[in-house]
Amino acid sequence: MDAIKRYLRSPPAVIGLVLLVIVLAMALSAGWLFPRDPLSLAGRPLQWPMANPRFWLGTDNSGRDIAAQIFYGARISLLIGLVATLVSIVIGIVIGALAGYYGGRTDTVLMRLTEAFQTLPNFLLLLVLVAVFGSNIATVTIAIGVVSWPAPARLTRAEFLSLRNREFVQAARTPGMRDLRLIFGEILPNALPPVIVYASVVMAVAILLESALAFLRLSDPNVASWGNLIGLGRDVLRSEWYVSAIPGLAILVTVLAVSLVGQGLNDAFNPRLKGR
Amino acid sequence: MSAILTLESLSVTLPPGADRPHALEDVSFSVKANEIVCVVGESGSGKSMTANAVMRLLPAGVVLDRGRVLFEGRDLAQADEAAMRAVRGAGIAMIFQEPMTALNPLRTVGDQIGEMFSIHTDMDRPAIRARVLDLLDEVRIPEPAQAAKAYPHELSGGQRQRAMIAMALALDPKVLIADEPTTALDVTTQAQILALIRDLQRRKGTAVMFITHDFGVVAEIADRVVVMQHGRAVEQGPAGDILNRPQHPYTRELIAAVPRLTAPPPRKLTDATILAIDGVSKTYRNGGFLGRGARVTHAVRNVSLALPKGATLGIVGESGSGKSTLARCILRLIDPDSGAIVLDGKDLAKLPGGEMRAETKNIQMVFQDPFASLNPRRKAGDLVAQGLMVHGTPRAAALARARELFALVGLDPASAERYPHEFSGGQRQRIGLARALALEPKVLIADEPVSALDVSVQAQVLTLLARLRTQLDLSIVFITHDLRVAAQICDLVAVMKDGEVVETGPVARVFGHPQHAYTRALLASIPGRDFIAGRQAASA
Repeated sequence: MDAIKRYLRSPPAVIGLVLLVIVLAMALSAGWLFPRDPLSLAGRPLQWPMANPRFWLGTDNSGRDIAAQIFYGARISLLIGLVATLVSIVIGIVIGALAGYYGGRTDTVLMRLTEAFQTLPNFLLLLVLVAVFGSNIATVTIAIGVVSWPAPARLTRAEFLSLRNREFVQAARTPGMRDLRLIFGEILPNALPPVIVYASVVMAVAILLESALAFLRLSDPNVASWGNLIGLGRDVLRSEWYVSAIPGLAILVTVLAVSLVGQGLNDAFNPRLKGR
Repeated sequence: MSAILTLESLSVTLPPGADRPHALEDVSFSVKANEIVCVVGESGSGKSMTANAVMRLLPAGVVLDRGRVLFEGRDLAQADEAAMRAVRGAGIAMIFQEPMTALNPLRTVGDQIGEMFSIHTDMDRPAIRARVLDLLDEVRIPEPAQAAKAYPHELSGGQRQRAMIAMALALDPKVLIADEPTTALDVTTQAQILALIRDLQRRKGTAVMFITHDFGVVAEIADRVVVMQHGRAVEQGPAGDILNRPQHPYTRELIAAVPRLTAPPPRKLTDATILAIDGVSKTYRNGGFLGRGARVTHAVRNVSLALPKGATLGIVGESGSGKSTLARCILRLIDPDSGAIVLDGKDLAKLPGGEMRAETKNIQMVFQDPFASLNPRRKAGDLVAQGLMVHGTPRAAALARARELFALVGLDPASAERYPHEFSGGQRQRIGLARALALEPKVLIADEPVSALDVSVQAQVLTLLARLRTQLDLSIVFITHDLRVAAQICDLVAVMKDGEVVETGPVARVFGHPQHAYTRALLASIPGRDFIAGRQAASA
């Protein structure tokens, strides 16, 4: 409860939350505001925003409604952000927890593996994965999750290293608790706050990764995503710049919102770090 | 002689939301040249805050709002930050409880002492180096030239505290404030440091404000005493008067709670042995590349002990003597390298993981730190019920049992719904005890269960432990560094040094007629032993 109060006391965190709620509302209301398929032909191509009252954000080079694509794109971006983050955090926690708790050889093997992933630029790895497994929305999302786990894993491991020798862990071991229950029942809840905060960074990066992929036209072309729209606008960037700029702005706002919320969570969880 | 440092009705306000409005209320006392004033009190009494207020090193949100701090005729409460910087170190110096955290780990000790001169004087480098060596020699560090080049982690705790004292005395301050400087040290080291402070103070005529919670230390070192409770100075006067004729009820209570060194009359022990430790060893190897420069630490060396049924076996020793490692070996939290640990005919050292987990219901442990040993994210009731649930009791029954245990250890059963941080240190230790007793163990291992507690709370927990021992027919292994505590509760005692047991026997014999030189050294180092002995003679 204290954490919530502290969170609401910070203006940037509240702004972030409001922006995130707006993006969420866009995603939820898309089907109701724009009942037609956002990828279907709606009117004359390349109409400027406000030029035609039917298309208040204009149309792209294929004559599709940009406003509809932005609203439906919010769904895709949030979905990719959440699912990819979940995938990477779960992998990261499991690997980090096992490495940190057992130490020794387990730690060495798992950390070398993590380093192997970290040394590869994750966008290149993502390109390879998408090239091999194809680019539909599910594989793209999972691929983004799979390339983002090393950082959460290292963070979890560091928390476990400092927590595993605490007396309360030994005290839980004395009545004969098993390792898995110790790891996930006793230590993990204490290690979680910094990992949750870091998840917001992963989410922002996941949204950006998908956009980058779409910009290169390697994401799923059959969904209305912001990245796809930017990629499309690339061809008419000099004359009709708004086709790229509008979804770009949407991405900027969403990533900003997620980062502000993450920062707010960080301050709320670690009140002592604030005010210094 | 006139006072050098005078506190006049000093008040310090805590930020809103703290447990009381004032950290200090109307505190007045003075320190004269060439005397040691001990400020005594339990945790939260405001004794450290007094030192911080004098140095104007108060935490954020804590405000010195009334009163004066007169130092050489100047009011430090009104002084600006530049004036305070000139006073700190040169006029009033301070030493802290934990020298390891007060020293910068990345710079050599000599460098850090020399810094005092480069900040406050314009001596050149060779002169500074010479002064540093003189100082280290003065605080009797062995091989000062080596110590000056050493990093903090390369020195022992006692040597680090000597280096801190050298740093504090570098500029010949008029006043030395010592905030629990010996609390983190072993008794034998503590005795040496106390002697050193006393000696330096006499030679240099420094005024010393010595903050401590231990009346033994007070008896050892104080000229005058100020007793603090809840931010007020409740009693002050010459040391002899306060110690022998305390007026205020709180002072009397504190002095009465100081454990005595004589054992209570011996209890009758059975011949049946419940726990036998036979030749247990544990060795740590660390560091070293390809075996070069590797360090081998014999944490526990060939220890054999026997615990009769219903008895309490004390294991005493200083830090690094291996007593905690031994306790963890008995419970298999650490696997011993060799030896047998026979509990009721079963060798725990050889049990495979699964059987050992089942066996844990017969042997349980109470941990030292009441703040670190309870998972902060679980309710107190859950913590106590956890062991039962691991061993197959359904949740509802386990929680009901936890409430009974709360009553048994003197806690309100309704408080089972609260989280650990809502309890005081003594209450937390009771939760730890309830948790250990939940499985109805035959043997209880208590690892320094009272060393983190204030004396008055310590006495309560020891009384509780003694009551439970007879009520539940427990056999206890009681680990402590404090010989006074061991004398209170143990039937048998084993003295450990460097991983080995050097002496063992009934507590009255070991403490009354120690055979081993180390046992004698330990007993001689107990602070205020003459005072304790005097009180015993008086009350007998």
